[in-house]
Amino acid sequence: MIELRNIHKSYGKLEVLRGIDLTFDQKGRIAAILGPNGSGKTTLIKSILGMVLPDKGEILLDGRSIRKQWAYRDGISYLPQIARFPENLTVLELIAMIKDLRGGHVEDERLIQLFDLQPHLNKRLGNLSGGTKQKVNLVLAFMYDCPVVILDEPTAGLDPLAMIHLRELLREAREQGKTILLSTHIMSFVEEMADEVVFLLEGNIRFRGSIRQLKTEYREENVERAIARILQGGERGRAKSREHGAEGIGHGAEGAALSGVEGHSEPETPRLHLN
Amino acid sequence: MLKIMKYTLSDLLRSRWGLLYLGFFLLLTLSLLWLSGDVSKVVISLMNVVLILCPLIAVMFGVMYFYNSREFTELLLAQPIRRSDIFWGQYLGLALSLSISLLLGVGLPFLLYGLFGSTEIWNFFVLITTGVFLSFIFSGLAFYIALRNDNRIRGFGLAILVWLFFAVIYDGIFLLSLILLRDYPLEYYSMVATMFNPIDLSRILILLKLDISALMGYTGAVFRKFLGTGLGTALAFTALLLWVVLPAWSIRRLALRKDF
Repeated sequence: MIELRNIHKSYGKLEVLRGIDLTFDQKGRIAAILGPNGSGKTTLIKSILGMVLPDKGEILLDGRSIRKQWAYRDGISYLPQIARFPENLTVLELIAMIKDLRGGHVEDERLIQLFDLQPHLNKRLGNLSGGTKQKVNLVLAFMYDCPVVILDEPTAGLDPLAMIHLRELLREAREQGKTILLSTHIMSFVEEMADEVVFLLEGNIRFRGSIRQLKTEYREENVERAIARILQGGERGRAKSREHGAEGIGHGAEGAALSGVEGHSEPETPRLHLN
Repeated sequence: MLKIMKYTLSDLLRSRWGLLYLGFFLLLTLSLLWLSGDVSKVVISLMNVVLILCPLIAVMFGVMYFYNSREFTELLLAQPIRRSDIFWGQYLGLALSLSISLLLGVGLPFLLYGLFGSTEIWNFFVLITTGVFLSFIFSGLAFYIALRNDNRIRGFGLAILVWLFFAVIYDGIFLLSLILLRDYPLEYYSMVATMFNPIDLSRILILLKLDISALMGYTGAVFRKFLGTGLGTALAFTALLLWVVLPAWSIRRLALRKDF
């Protein structure tokens, strides 16, 4: 069980989290943390891992505060947002290193096969493509059997086949009764995989509930449009005055924009555009 | 911590820069030994190189390594490992890899030359020791700078500035102050002022050992006159140790409070 109580975090003058209260107490559920860039998703995720230290508030894991603790991370599988590793190491050496540092039982071989990484095992990490690095990242995240799984942008750079395997792994983790948190920009992925959605905007929770609740509450047929509704509610003026698509609106939380909203009927995969 | 140190060490020893550094010392020492043939002179020549180069390479290499391994550090931070272990492990790995390059680069040619048969072995030993001290001190300072500054350009700028300050500017200011205050007794002042510069301390340590009064300069002479070679060496040694401990302790303090 993960419990966040009144979490505040600022970077200088920028308030990233403004009193977040969240509890993930049901096992075997996938919660998607959504929001435009700068809304605090990564900060929230990193707070749970103890990488970001909140200014105020408390985070409890199974009822115990994580403040100044480190051993609790043994129970968390984490996938960081950007896959960058020491360039001089080979894939095999990196996996061996994490195994050596963490100890315990691992399932690396099955995952290496699943993501078809054998041809790359003896290559230096610096020579791998972005997608292959992300696969290595996924192997590292999933090779330990942890009760909590936290994935920050797991879909980044993955080819369709790897996406299918990622979905399988997530379903498997859900069946095993793990608590799963993930953030992503791909709304179809959320719609397919997530049991519930937490939508962050400007450091606050703007919506929390199941996918069905999200759709009924905002009277939309798909998640992307419902999310668009939330955003429009948050910044109505901006959304109305926008004329050209999604790009180049600005940075940070207020720069959130969506394509395929306001009556455009675009047949492509729905995707939340964030700049 | 030891495991992280081990991985940092093997990563760095295999890197292009690490090999380049080793190769440079090998080439330099070999050519100096072959050209001059006088071990004592070679130690003095090498001293000048070590005193300038070890701090420069350590501080630049340190910030470079820290910034380059940032994502890797994040990967480690998400593992069940103590924060201080991660940073101390990386710091020790870096300082050790530089020290090993120095030891091999300077040591192997001396060994080939028949160092163990000569009486210069202790001078050589002091040279290596100060080089190792400087590598540790300046890698520590580099990590401190890099932890304080997320902006790489500023980090690199500060690192160069720190090196320039201790290698060049400090001596200038020190000399100027000696001239300005020449009417006063300056023995203790100069001794204390030297303590605040690890490069000066190392230089004095080597010169005390070599016992070359012509090269010793004012502060070196003061050290010997007031403290004798034994006590002077011990004092310089202790000050250098403090210079290692202080940045290392500050790294821990900063690392525990930093967001990643």
